[in-house]
Amino acid sequence: MSLLIPILTMGILGLLFSVGLAVAYQKLKVDVDPKIEKVSEALPQANCGACGFSGCAAFAEAVVAGKAEASGCPVGGEETAQAVADILGQAAGSVVKKMARIHCRGTKEAALARGEYEGIPSCTAANLIGGNKQCSYGCMGFGDCVNACLFDAIVISENGLPVVSEEKCTACGKCVDACPRGIISLQPLAENMMVFCRSLDIGKTARKVCKTACIACGICARACPDGIVMENNLAVIKDKSKIEHEQIPAIEKCPTNAIGRIHRKPDVDAPPQESQESA
Amino acid sequence: MELLMIFISAILVNNFVLYYFLGICPFLGVSKKIDSAVSMGLAVTFVMTITAVVSWMINHWILIPNKLEYLQIVTFILVIASLVQLVEMFIRKISPPLYQALGIYLPLITTNCAIMGLALIAALKEYNFATTVIFGIGSGVGFTLAIVLMAGIREQLDVSDVPRPLKGAGIALIVAGIMALAFQGFSGMIK
Repeated sequence: MSLLIPILTMGILGLLFSVGLAVAYQKLKVDVDPKIEKVSEALPQANCGACGFSGCAAFAEAVVAGKAEASGCPVGGEETAQAVADILGQAAGSVVKKMARIHCRGTKEAALARGEYEGIPSCTAANLIGGNKQCSYGCMGFGDCVNACLFDAIVISENGLPVVSEEKCTACGKCVDACPRGIISLQPLAENMMVFCRSLDIGKTARKVCKTACIACGICARACPDGIVMENNLAVIKDKSKIEHEQIPAIEKCPTNAIGRIHRKPDVDAPPQESQESA
Repeated sequence: MELLMIFISAILVNNFVLYYFLGICPFLGVSKKIDSAVSMGLAVTFVMTITAVVSWMINHWILIPNKLEYLQIVTFILVIASLVQLVEMFIRKISPPLYQALGIYLPLITTNCAIMGLALIAALKEYNFATTVIFGIGSGVGFTLAIVLMAGIREQLDVSDVPRPLKGAGIALIVAGIMALAFQGFSGMIK
């Protein structure tokens, strides 16, 4: 009997509270737009924040409220944009699929080492003391971008430079932020040329420390003044349409290969791309 | 007069955060901005007051007559958890912006030990109904005072030259310690 009273008391109390809550839930129910849930389901649920919202749920809310584009999720790409647009009953808007590109070709062979670095194996740490290469703009290859990538899309290859998998990269931009030297940028997947160097050194210095640095010779800019300009000792592609159609040789004149075509490599486990070019 | 004494003492002398060291988690977690600190303080005050009332009723009308005082902790947990749920639903219905602003900290009030402490201390000191209500409001105001003061100091700290190893949580804990010391100065106020 002495056992029964506490059990009954707790049981009744619990029951009362749960009934109270259940009633309150019905009375105070907030009508959430069912679209939000549907949009949320269509999203990749990576919660990476690449869309600029705090997560997939926040993005779904913003899309339904009209504060974000249906194509605002860079990770999901066209498929997700289409699915979201279908739910909202509007046109998807065009998604330009992008991927991360590495603006450095300074492999272990090409770029001179500054000495043996034995500190914390992280680019951010190494960058504090000037890095492990004589070039202070080049990739240090400790893989901060690899660690930042949520999708295992980046690996450091044997030559010491990161390689981005075209298949796995979702262009979320985490690696762009992670790189202390700003070597990574997001480029449209269809882009077929870029400058593979970020060195702002004058030509003499750049040539001394790396075989594939932009040495600011300006050959490409002279060959195609409308498409390429020199800025702070670095070639910058301003208008690729000009180069693309008429002046393709312009980028092939580069003595160090610092500007050039992107050779899209198929993933090991992915079907070969039709746009693959011979190197 | 006694009620006023209890009210002031709950705010300054027996402040839950700085005297009993209860509710440190939200005290450090939500004290980065004054705005959110104020909302958190208000939400806690609200929950504290209602908890004090409901737990007093259950304690005096159900537990004590049946000699079930040993069930206090379990019952109070039940009361607090249900009340927080209720408050959450209520705020969501009444004021979505406030709901957004409080975010995750609203359900986290459930695990705020200051609220549990309040119910248990009120039961331990055998306060009567009116005293319990005043004690609940006073404790909530005390919590709000502590967290808002802390937020004010931390906003200033953001722009001051703090030694690097102490940035963030380190300096926050030191500030909390100094505040607790300062609040000890009130202890002679009420005997």
